[in-house]
Amino acid sequence: MSANIGPLVAVVSARYRTLLQYRAAAFAGFATQLFWGAIRLMILAAFFAAATEPQPMDLSQIVAYVWLGQALLGMLPWNVDADFRAQVRDGTVAYDLLRPLDLYSYWFGRTLAFRVAAPTLRGIPMVLFAMVLLPLAGLGDWALTPPASASAFAGFAASLVLAAMLATAVTLLAHISLLWTISGVGMDRILTVLVTVFSGLIVPLPLFPDWLQPFLNWQPFRGLADVPYRIYSGNIPPAEIAGELFFVLVWMIALVLLGRLILLRGVRRMVVQGG
Amino acid sequence: MPQIEVRGLAKTFRVAERLPGLAGAFRGLFHRRMRDVHALGGVDFDIERGELVGYIGPNGAGKSTTIKILAGILNPTAGTCRVDGLTPWRDRRRHVARIGVVFGQRTQLWWDLPVIESFDLLRDIYRIPAEAYRDNRDRLIALMDLEPLLDVPVRQLSLGQRMRSDLAAALLHGPSLLFLDEPTIGLDAVSKLAIRDFVRELNRERQVTVLLTTHDMDDIEALCERVMVIGNGRILVDGSVDGLRRRVRNERVLVVDYDSAGEAGTVDAGGDGVRLIERDASRVRIAFDPDRLPAATLIGRLLAQGTPKDLFIEHPPIEQTVAELYAEHDMRER
Repeated sequence: MSANIGPLVAVVSARYRTLLQYRAAAFAGFATQLFWGAIRLMILAAFFAAATEPQPMDLSQIVAYVWLGQALLGMLPWNVDADFRAQVRDGTVAYDLLRPLDLYSYWFGRTLAFRVAAPTLRGIPMVLFAMVLLPLAGLGDWALTPPASASAFAGFAASLVLAAMLATAVTLLAHISLLWTISGVGMDRILTVLVTVFSGLIVPLPLFPDWLQPFLNWQPFRGLADVPYRIYSGNIPPAEIAGELFFVLVWMIALVLLGRLILLRGVRRMVVQGG
Repeated sequence: MPQIEVRGLAKTFRVAERLPGLAGAFRGLFHRRMRDVHALGGVDFDIERGELVGYIGPNGAGKSTTIKILAGILNPTAGTCRVDGLTPWRDRRRHVARIGVVFGQRTQLWWDLPVIESFDLLRDIYRIPAEAYRDNRDRLIALMDLEPLLDVPVRQLSLGQRMRSDLAAALLHGPSLLFLDEPTIGLDAVSKLAIRDFVRELNRERQVTVLLTTHDMDDIEALCERVMVIGNGRILVDGSVDGLRRRVRNERVLVVDYDSAGEAGTVDAGGDGVRLIERDASRVRIAFDPDRLPAATLIGRLLAQGTPKDLFIEHPPIEQTVAELYAEHDMRER
């Protein structure tokens, strides 16, 4: 991301302030995600009650997995930024070339802000609800427990930063693909399926059949949810945290490089066809 | 050395041709017929530092294409272009840091942010030193009367307010070259005048080079000494505004107002190619060619016949001149 940090920070914060203006959407999102969180918990709990064999996660780890997933849902790269799509459609994206910035870094900043704005608005109330309100209401079994240990908390924080960057790199790939496909509707659908399934959002990845595990363990989307949530709950023990972080970092860098490569071609097309 | 040097600049777009009807759309899935559109067909010009040049032509003539190439966001198909020693599309980042660009049709401000935050963001993007930024910003705010707008999100601005903010935004980093693509489009009279005053001041006081495209010939008359006319991707005329006018028709109109209706009814302007265009109760309008009959002689004749209350000379509207030029070159909107 070269030496563009100053302008990049400015772009992130501007985009962030823009998105924070939509408070009603944030509130509605909070309510929806609360509802889905409750449903997912009930389904998974029913599975656990009926299980005859020991499972790779215990119920409290599952509960943490679900609540963190609901809190951080907006950070998953499951959709493209509508503003960005509109700009591609009317050709305004080409004007981003008027700024003396590396285009990939510039767009990375815009996309990062898009990815992290919603979770801060929805995620914090969600965590408060699941960690504080639920026990007060006598539903302590279903509450989000604190991180398993200090090292789990530190590892979680680091993996969350990496998850945000990874989510940005994936979203940015989708954004760049709009330069060819323009509508982005198909891209949204593909992303939603890929991301919600392979990040662990729908079913926690360790609960998938054993024969799928080798594949699930090596694909990048688990860095978005599975890795941070399991570090948080101690399901990934502290000794393995560094290796997992490294795994996510490598995927993040690979996707950034891929994005840069494709963008190079996209820009060539843009400057030839005129946006 | 000229600040902008353009030689043989050409741009051809390839567009997929759509066949009409459902059958055509179906065939297009398998076999696309491509058609070449020649937006620019070899354009040459120089612009010296500190010039204010008008760039006009009908829609689709290649004005915006030229501006986009000069701004570094579009690659030409052929030709060369040097702006301050840089090739815009090759040295894009260094080039765009030195120029300002305003597109009248679309804002470059952040739609949801207040104006002042857009300015601060540009400071960071262009890495403008704090002191230079403060000076520039305060001067532009004062000049464009932006103080009351600073806290308003851009989406709530009127077109005129938005245009003033856009102009200021394009100049925060102190560019020595400004491209204005239809900056007065859709503006009311007051806003147009404000924009013109500002551009004139910028050019005269700060020696900023300006290349301006417009459809409003009043912009050209008010601002530009030099005008380039483009049509069908070629420069047709490049010279002074007076020269452009003379090229088509060298005619002036003398307007004479009288107090009493009687005088206007009887006045006779005489011969030498003089033409009476209009006569009503208290006013006559007389067309003449100053090369055949000097204005002083014509006025002398009229004074001998009565006492006008007022008289003044009009240029033929440049719109008419340009329309005639377009007709002469058979330029239609494509």
